[in-house]
Amino acid sequence: MRITCPICGERDRREFYYSGHALALDRPTEDAGSEAWDDYVHNRDNPCGETRDLWYHEMGCGAWVVVTRNTATHEVIATKLAEEASS
Amino acid sequence: MRFSGLRVIKEGLTGNKGWSAHWRDASPKDAYDVVIIGGGGHGLSTAYYLAKEHGITNVAVLEKGYLGGGNVGRNTTIVRANYFLPGNSEFYSHSLKLWEGLEEDLNYNVMHSQRGQIVLFHSDGQRDAAIRRGNAMRNQGDDAELLSVAQLRRMVPYLDYDQARFPIYGGLLQRRAGTARHDAVAWGYARGASDRGVDLIQNCEVTGIDVENGKVTGVQTSRGTIRTKKVAMITAGRSSQTAAMAGMRLPIESHVLQAFVTEGLKPCIDHVISFGMGHFYISQSDKGGLVFGGDLDMYASYAARGNLPLVEHVMEAGMTLMPMIGQAKVLRSWGGIMDMSPDGSPIIDKTHIDGLYLNCGWCYGGFKAVPGSGHCMAHLVATGTPHKAAARLRLDRFKTGFGLMDEEGTGAQHNLH
Repeated sequence: MRITCPICGERDRREFYYSGHALALDRPTEDAGSEAWDDYVHNRDNPCGETRDLWYHEMGCGAWVVVTRNTATHEVIATKLAEEASS
Repeated sequence: MRFSGLRVIKEGLTGNKGWSAHWRDASPKDAYDVVIIGGGGHGLSTAYYLAKEHGITNVAVLEKGYLGGGNVGRNTTIVRANYFLPGNSEFYSHSLKLWEGLEEDLNYNVMHSQRGQIVLFHSDGQRDAAIRRGNAMRNQGDDAELLSVAQLRRMVPYLDYDQARFPIYGGLLQRRAGTARHDAVAWGYARGASDRGVDLIQNCEVTGIDVENGKVTGVQTSRGTIRTKKVAMITAGRSSQTAAMAGMRLPIESHVLQAFVTEGLKPCIDHVISFGMGHFYISQSDKGGLVFGGDLDMYASYAARGNLPLVEHVMEAGMTLMPMIGQAKVLRSWGGIMDMSPDGSPIIDKTHIDGLYLNCGWCYGGFKAVPGSGHCMAHLVATGTPHKAAARLRLDRFKTGFGLMDEEGTGAQHNLH
């Protein structure tokens, strides 16, 4: 699997650290309550198909990248800098 | 059809014409007392113990493919009880005891082989952790022995002991650990359940779970509607999709774990051996192939195959540990879909929907859990209360923070397990 970093271009998957589904962009407010926080921290849609993950370009430029990819085929569909991705 | 020595000889002399199918290939009825979604190891063992321990035989096991075609057919067949934390400790201990009586109980040769598992350690810190774990294993009533390097050299002389990078300091041995024939485990449970009246229904995909006023009323399937008051979701690897039919989101992320097998070789590896530094584990099947694996691919995946970086990593770790396997040709590799929970431990629990039960989150440890999981799940479904060996495998532990079982000590976070 190869991932295109928006800054560095297409790179080996091993340059990136996987940080799970791209939920950091949907962080609840501090007073959202335990239900909302439990759901945010632990529960996942976990789709078989298209998903959005957060990857850190650890051995490259250090960018956080939102990767849209297919979990059944491993196809990488799109990548975007996390700071530019809306929730 | 039951097996016996006499029967094997008789069939051998008469052309093996008397063997019959091991289970009935049933068609769905309109209603059942219990419907189990998932005909893998855990679903089949649940059905078996529901019938055997609780006398509940009006049960259907619904499998979208064929029996045993999921993760029970895609693993490295290791059976052990070397867990540390309360919750996991008593559960896997319970499961190992069931393994030890399984062949007699099922009248089925599952080729359970207690050849012993050695977990190697490579630093003073790892040795301390191994001693502590060994003590925990003995406290839970199981066996554990600390092996010195001298003892190890006698038992397994083919490891690379003197390397500068990962010197071997010793190992923790559990003699009662070992392997079993994965397919036979599924078939044995299937036959045992079917003989007691359970309907095993293959090529039957569940497409909906019917809930009215907070209670389960039935399931929709590719072979029609089935009414029932109790549904057990036992579809590890696909738990998120199954639970979504009941409107639930689970603390599960699915990952792929690869494994490999070489060409058949003469017997050379007598134990299950785990390498503590590179994460590599290996055993030799009764057919002669070396069966081995390593880490998850470490990103969410439903592809029942992996990617090359982990293949390379596993091969490197294997060669570092035992250079002698370098000449062996790898015949096959495969991937199983792991139901990863945030703390790396399983969930057997009721849900907030009356009559809907959940069995998931087996992470990379589902095979050894097959007897214990089915036994405890059957108890929960039949009585409504958790079995004491599974009392801590609760769904709400993530929300409350109480009773998290983070064996690796990495934190209750998805991408760390």
